[in-house]
Amino acid sequence: MYILPRLCSRHLRQVLQKSCSRNLSTSSQNVPHVCIVGSGPAGFYTAQQILKGHPAAKVDILEKLPVPFGLVRFGVAPDHPEVKNVIHTFTNTARNKRCTFLGNVDVGKDVSIEELQGAYTAVVLAYGADDDRTLAIKGEKTDISQHALDALTRSRVRKVYLVGRRGPLQVAFTIKEIREMIKLPNCRPVIHKDDVKDLNKVIEDLPRPRKRLTDLLYRTSMEPSDTDTQLWAQASKEWELRFRLTPAEVIETEGKVTGVKFYINELQGDDLVNKIAKVTSETEDIQCGLVFRSIGYKSIPIDPCLPFDERKGIILNKKGRVENRPGLYCSGWVSTGPVGVILNTMTWGFETGKVILKDIEDGAISSEGKHGNQIIKDKMLSKGKQLVTFSEWDKIDLEEMKRGAEVGKPREKIIQISEMLKVASS
Amino acid sequence: MAARNVTRYVLPRFASVFQRFNATTAPLIMKRRALYRPEHSRLFTTSPKSLEKETASISFLDRDGDKITASVKVGASFLDAAIDNDVELEGACEGTLACSTCHLIFSKEDYEKIKDKPTDEELDMLDLAYGLTDTSRLGCQVIVTKEMDGLVVKVPSGVADARNPS
Repeated sequence: MYILPRLCSRHLRQVLQKSCSRNLSTSSQNVPHVCIVGSGPAGFYTAQQILKGHPAAKVDILEKLPVPFGLVRFGVAPDHPEVKNVIHTFTNTARNKRCTFLGNVDVGKDVSIEELQGAYTAVVLAYGADDDRTLAIKGEKTDISQHALDALTRSRVRKVYLVGRRGPLQVAFTIKEIREMIKLPNCRPVIHKDDVKDLNKVIEDLPRPRKRLTDLLYRTSMEPSDTDTQLWAQASKEWELRFRLTPAEVIETEGKVTGVKFYINELQGDDLVNKIAKVTSETEDIQCGLVFRSIGYKSIPIDPCLPFDERKGIILNKKGRVENRPGLYCSGWVSTGPVGVILNTMTWGFETGKVILKDIEDGAISSEGKHGNQIIKDKMLSKGKQLVTFSEWDKIDLEEMKRGAEVGKPREKIIQISEMLKVASS
Repeated sequence: MAARNVTRYVLPRFASVFQRFNATTAPLIMKRRALYRPEHSRLFTTSPKSLEKETASISFLDRDGDKITASVKVGASFLDAAIDNDVELEGACEGTLACSTCHLIFSKEDYEKIKDKPTDEELDMLDLAYGLTDTSRLGCQVIVTKEMDGLVVKVPSGVADARNPS
C-alpha cells in the first residue's frame, strides 16, 4: 500500500501551491512564528494545520524529552505496532523546512511561557497529561523495591482482577480492547452472570458503540459458544471483571502487598448510562500480590500563571484560546482532559490550528518583533543544556533500531535521558 | 532573475511530477514507466488495452459541502482515491484498522452493494468515529470497483463535539 508517499506528496503539493499564490504578498519581516509546547499527536497535528494553512509561517515544536512523539512513542504497547504508523506523518511534518523540532527543552524551567510569548506570534500548549491520577488511599505509596518487582514479574501472573467503581454500562474501555482480551490465547475471561444478566433488556436503547460493547460483555458471560467454553476450561490463566468497588486500602502483611480492601458501591441516577457511584458501608477484600493503578492521567500547570481547573486537570480555554491570554492557545489532552483516541486529538489539533490561522489573518495576534527560537537557543546555551534537533533524534532512532536488530527486535528503546543525549551528540 | 522565478513559481506547480527517485523507489518507478511506453512499431498513441487500468468516476462530498469528482483506478481503496485527489481525508494508521480517521458515509443503496461487508474489527473502529451512521465504512477497507462508477460518498463533518469522544 502506497499511502505514506501519497500522504506526504499530497501535503507537499498543498503547501507549495499555497506558497506560490501568496508569496508575493507576505513581507519577510512579519512572518508569523508559532511555538508549540509538546511533540505528541496534539502538537504535530496543530503544526501540520498551521504549515498547510499559511504559506510562510514558521513552526517550532518544543519537547521536554530529547525524543519526540509523546505517548505514541512510550504509551503504545509493543504488541500494537500499527498504532505507531502515525509517526510517519509526524516525521514528514518535522522535516518541513518551516518546522523546527527542539528537544530537551523544559518549558517552565529552561524558558518561561512569558518569554516564549515575547518571541512568538502564538504559543500553543500541547503537553498532554504527564501525571497520574492517584487513589489517595492508605498503602498506595508502598514502595516496592525494584528486585521484588522483577521477581514478581518473572513469577508469571496467572490471574488478573480488573476492578471498576461503577457497572458494565459505564466501562471506559473500548470494544477493541475487550475483544482482544476475550480472544487472548490460554486465558479465560470471567464476567459474572449476576452483573450482566439484565443487560439484554436495555441493549436496544443504547447508541451503537455502547450497544455493541454491552452486547459483547453479555454474550461472553451468558451465551459463550461451545468452542469457547471448551477452550476456556483448559486455560491456565484468567482475568475477572469486578464491578461497583471503590478501593479503600491496600492491605499489607509483613511489608508485602497481600490484598486490597474495597467499599461496595451503589449506582445512583436516572439515566441508564450516566450513573454516579455511591460508597456504602459494606466492604470486600480481594487477595492479590500486586496492585496497578489505571485510573487515568492528569495534566499539571507547567507555569503558575496558567488558568487551570484542578478538578478536571485542564487549562481553561474557549475553542483552544486560553482564557484571558491573547496569543496563548492549547491543544490536545491538556485542553480537553486525558480522554480520547488519535481521531479526537487529530480533530482538536486541526481545530486549534485553524483558530490560530484565523487570529493571524484577522490581526488579533501580531507577528511584529517576533523572531522565534533565538531566545530558546540563548537560554539553553547559558544553562549549559543540550538542545536536540530532529536530525539528532534520527541518530537516536537509528541507534535504537541497530540495538534492536542485535537482539532480533524492531528496536531496543533507550530509556535513560543521559544516554539519549549522549547518542544525540555523538 | 528568470531562473529564480522558474524555481520559485513554476517548478513547484509541477511538484507532483517530480517523483523522488532513489534506491527504493527506482525499481517501482521504472516498472510503472515501462508499462506505459508504447512499442516503437506502433503508429497510434493508445497503449494496449490490457495495460490500461480500468477507472471509475467517484465523487466525494467534502466537509465544506463541495463536490470533488475524480477518475479513480479500480482496485484502489477509497482512502487512496481521496488522498490522490486532494480530498480532505486522513489515514492516520495507514490502513491498518487502528483508527477511524478515514470514516466515509455511503448512500444506503451503495452501502448495500459493497461486496466486502465490514468485519468486527472494522465495526469496532467505526464505533469510535464522529457522526457514525448505519451506512458508514472506513475508506481504507472499501475497494473501488467498475460497478461503482458514478458513486457519491460523503466525508463526515468530523468536528461534532471534540470534547466528548464517546
